[in-house]
Amino acid sequence: MAELNQDGGGKKGGKVRSKKQGGRVDLTAMVDLAFLLITFFMLTTSLNKPNAMDVTVPDKNKEDLEDRLEVADIRTTTILLAGNNKLVWYSGMFDNPIEGPETVDYGAEGIRKVLLRRLAEVPQKTNGEQLIVVIRPSDDATHRNLVDILDEMKIVNTQIFSLGTILEIENEFLRQHNLLSN
Amino acid sequence: MARAKVKRASTVIDMTAMCDVSFLLLTFFVLTATARQPEALEVDTPASVTQVKIPDDKLGMVTVGDGGKLFFGVKGPQIRTRMLETMAENYKIQFTEEEKARFSLMDEFGVPIHNLKQLIAMDMEDRARPGLQPGIPSDSTNNLSNEMYHWIHAARTATAALYNEQMRISIKGDANEKYPDIKKVIDILQDQNLNRFSLITKLKGGIDAISDEE
Repeated sequence: MAELNQDGGGKKGGKVRSKKQGGRVDLTAMVDLAFLLITFFMLTTSLNKPNAMDVTVPDKNKEDLEDRLEVADIRTTTILLAGNNKLVWYSGMFDNPIEGPETVDYGAEGIRKVLLRRLAEVPQKTNGEQLIVVIRPSDDATHRNLVDILDEMKIVNTQIFSLGTILEIENEFLRQHNLLSN
Repeated sequence: MARAKVKRASTVIDMTAMCDVSFLLLTFFVLTATARQPEALEVDTPASVTQVKIPDDKLGMVTVGDGGKLFFGVKGPQIRTRMLETMAENYKIQFTEEEKARFSLMDEFGVPIHNLKQLIAMDMEDRARPGLQPGIPSDSTNNLSNEMYHWIHAARTATAALYNEQMRISIKGDANEKYPDIKKVIDILQDQNLNRFSLITKLKGGIDAISDEE
């Protein structure tokens, strides 16, 4: 037991001490601390597990078929992931955009506002058809940018989106606006 | 005769046993939390709001980091052994039973298959030394030169043969990795008609969320 028995010892000439009671150490604080640490380690071990974000990409072999698929220009919004954590969005075709191209930032103040507005207006203009978002990362985009924009799709609840390859004219546009290094 | 009542000294509860138990548990949690195997390639994954946890088995993970180095890991010793046998057949390399057993305990690796024997022979601590493993070679073909393609393919066939189930594949990329390096992996997956995969992220929250708002 945690009792500290202090033995007076046989010192010669010592004072006659009054015999102390066995000093019992109070372990309450120690137990508190131990349980706090246990809780901490339990939580960190279970929260440590990484998350998985599901991505679906269009089938490569059917790419030609998909090009033929007719989609109203008004339904599409293309997002180009440029360098320097910027992105450019436009609606419709790049040579003949309905809106944009406009450079915005990631996050709630940037692309989310655009997406929310487009999500609301597309069904009104097309009798209930949904918005189609095409994401085209440039060579300067980082993996974080890609995850951020896919995350944004989840946040604003976009049903239809796909990951595409950037076109040369779009690269050219980014270069002209200093959003692509080479 | 009535017994003489023993006078109670105090009502202080003896905490010793409780203290013992709690520290035993604490030691257990500390050890399990830190005894994780060191990763062959440390990557800082980007954050997302996704709450789905990665599955514990039948999962293949491609790690992309350190300027486009590719590492590959599969969960489950049986799948690993089976995968190695397939690869040995493809590349005409013989592995002994002991090498197979040691390989089945390796979480992740990133060496060309011709250097795999040396890696298997190493200690676990030596394997995790940064910069030791150069990454698995890959290119845009489906030939034997694209070893990454064949590793993934071997892992998928092994999972299908053993469990009759599709293996899930995920990409664990460093947040600062450039897109072309990630695209290379996606292309390899697409070449195998694998159009569904997942990206490994960490949970957005706490400090990350605050810095994002700025």
